[in-house]
Amino acid sequence: MKRYDLIVVGAGPAGLSAAIEAAKRGLKVVVFDENSKPGGQLFKQIHKFFGSKEHKAKIRGFKIGEELLTDAAEAGVEVVLNSIVIGLFQEKEVTVKIEDKVHHYKADAVIIATGASENMVTFDGWTLPGVIGAGAAQTMMNLHSIKPGKKILMLGSGNVGLVVSYQLLQAGCEVVAICDASPRVGGYGVHASKVARCGVPFYMSNTIIKAEGTECVTGVTIGEVDSSWKIIPGTEKHFEVDTICLAVGLSPMSQLANMAGCDMEDNPKKAGFVPIVDKYGETSVSGIFAAGDVSGIEEASSAMIEGRIAGVAVAYRLGFIDKQELEDKAKELETALLSLRQGMFAPENRGKKIDKTEEGCDVSENLLKMGFISEDEIIRFPGFTRSKGTHPVIECTQNIPCNPCQDACSKKCIKIGDKITSLPSIDETKKCSACGQCVASCSGQAIFLINEEYEEGYASVTMPYEFLPLPVVGDKGVAFDRSGNEVCEAEVISLKTAPIFDKTNLLTIKVPIEMVDRARFFRAEVLV
Amino acid sequence: MINDRSRDIGEFIPAPDDDMIICRCEEITKGEIRSAVHDGMYTLTDIRRFLRTGMGLCQGQTCSKLVKGIVSRELGISQADLEPATARAPMRPIEMRVLADDLNEEVDKHE
Repeated sequence: MKRYDLIVVGAGPAGLSAAIEAAKRGLKVVVFDENSKPGGQLFKQIHKFFGSKEHKAKIRGFKIGEELLTDAAEAGVEVVLNSIVIGLFQEKEVTVKIEDKVHHYKADAVIIATGASENMVTFDGWTLPGVIGAGAAQTMMNLHSIKPGKKILMLGSGNVGLVVSYQLLQAGCEVVAICDASPRVGGYGVHASKVARCGVPFYMSNTIIKAEGTECVTGVTIGEVDSSWKIIPGTEKHFEVDTICLAVGLSPMSQLANMAGCDMEDNPKKAGFVPIVDKYGETSVSGIFAAGDVSGIEEASSAMIEGRIAGVAVAYRLGFIDKQELEDKAKELETALLSLRQGMFAPENRGKKIDKTEEGCDVSENLLKMGFISEDEIIRFPGFTRSKGTHPVIECTQNIPCNPCQDACSKKCIKIGDKITSLPSIDETKKCSACGQCVASCSGQAIFLINEEYEEGYASVTMPYEFLPLPVVGDKGVAFDRSGNEVCEAEVISLKTAPIFDKTNLLTIKVPIEMVDRARFFRAEVLV
Repeated sequence: MINDRSRDIGEFIPAPDDDMIICRCEEITKGEIRSAVHDGMYTLTDIRRFLRTGMGLCQGQTCSKLVKGIVSRELGISQADLEPATARAPMRPIEMRVLADDLNEEVDKHE
């Protein structure tokens, strides 16, 4: 039987972070993961993360994964892949299947960081090939370079549904619709907006009635639901699709904690059956900790901090650091965690309808019902201003914990302040240099540079652009509004790419002046 | 009390979606689960032993939440009141020859 100071189950964001913090403090740490690659879900997250610098905001998920692996190697963490933890017994004995053998390990502490699994819903035809989890679609695209399908319907408008829909579009798939039985878009408005302006329609209060096909999916019928979730007859809509993606939530994979005898609770605020943990992540069984989605579904950013706290707490428990170091470090990490748990999407606001922003602004109802902000709504938000010359227009209308745009602007045009959830506002006394750093830094792709005086009768609109092939200067095409409707012809007048933009390209188009508040997306195609 | 089998939960009423597969691994339908509740299986452990839901390749990763929903609806109780099925080793499907290939010295001592 091999002994370690700490055994971590799961090499995802929480597990690796925990292992790094513990190993840095001198513990002998091993991490087991059943997959052939470490990183959990991080390596399929190709979008930029939200938050502030300390949360690794504006860095793409897979880059964060690479950083964690480097840090783990430097700290001397042993990561064992293709190793399946099949049991967690008394006195922290862990059985692990590696190749064709069952190995026994013991440790003074165990951190369970097993993450979550995707929920499913049932409907007529849900077992047909072609009905897949949104996470599966993401794995196919972003890890294995396989298109999940050609025409896809997404069920679920939470962040997973929205982010995966956008990535499907980036992969060249057609997303025919996003539907959700809920009356309101569940994920970040900025994620919804970037999908809506590409022309994907949102059907809220709609769910799948039937997946059609005999051998595989050939179509889908959705219908509107009433307040008791029953289909309203006559509201059926049919789409020809070859793939149906389900993004209907995640459940904590907490069986190991349950098996180890930890006190458990079924907590809707944590999205399922979870071990009850204290502020350091320790369960009711002394020395067994849980961190990340397994103890409550949240974002990867929070999972990493929870992991770090658990790693530090184990170091203290085993006598590698003193109480002062534990308290100082835990306090710093808890502050970072608390700042992520604020705003409209905070865990305590799950399922709540919020009518006003922290600033007292009425929220965009269109954003919640159709995925985009209407032209009469956007003008009431602090990120929308008009001024001479090039200036930013920030279409960020929900209080989410995120502030890279404020740091990005060297001219101090963009203000968020100390409260990380505040909506960005424009300081009109400062002059925008049109550098575009804010556009590229916005993880929600919600910042545009507008110049109403580009030339006689024409305005320029600079937008974040993450599709290939990239347009080139002189390309003529079509501008689309926030809802994805064609509004006018447009010409590419500039395309900026730079390493610091991290693959968010800055596309500038010229549109007739009357379209300056409407044109928000571009496609190099001919207007019919 | 949830486990009180003398409680009247009414007759089993067939529904149009009774033939929908819920546990894909073991091919158990919604109707089978519903009627098992009416036959007296009031806990998830009972259902699992009786029908083998969640006992297949995916070990309930897909269906356990669905089964929980169906059983709680049939009993007219909230999902949170239904105790989850016991979690025990092996946590993942494992071949018997591998399970027997145990490297524990304690096991060797007895051989």
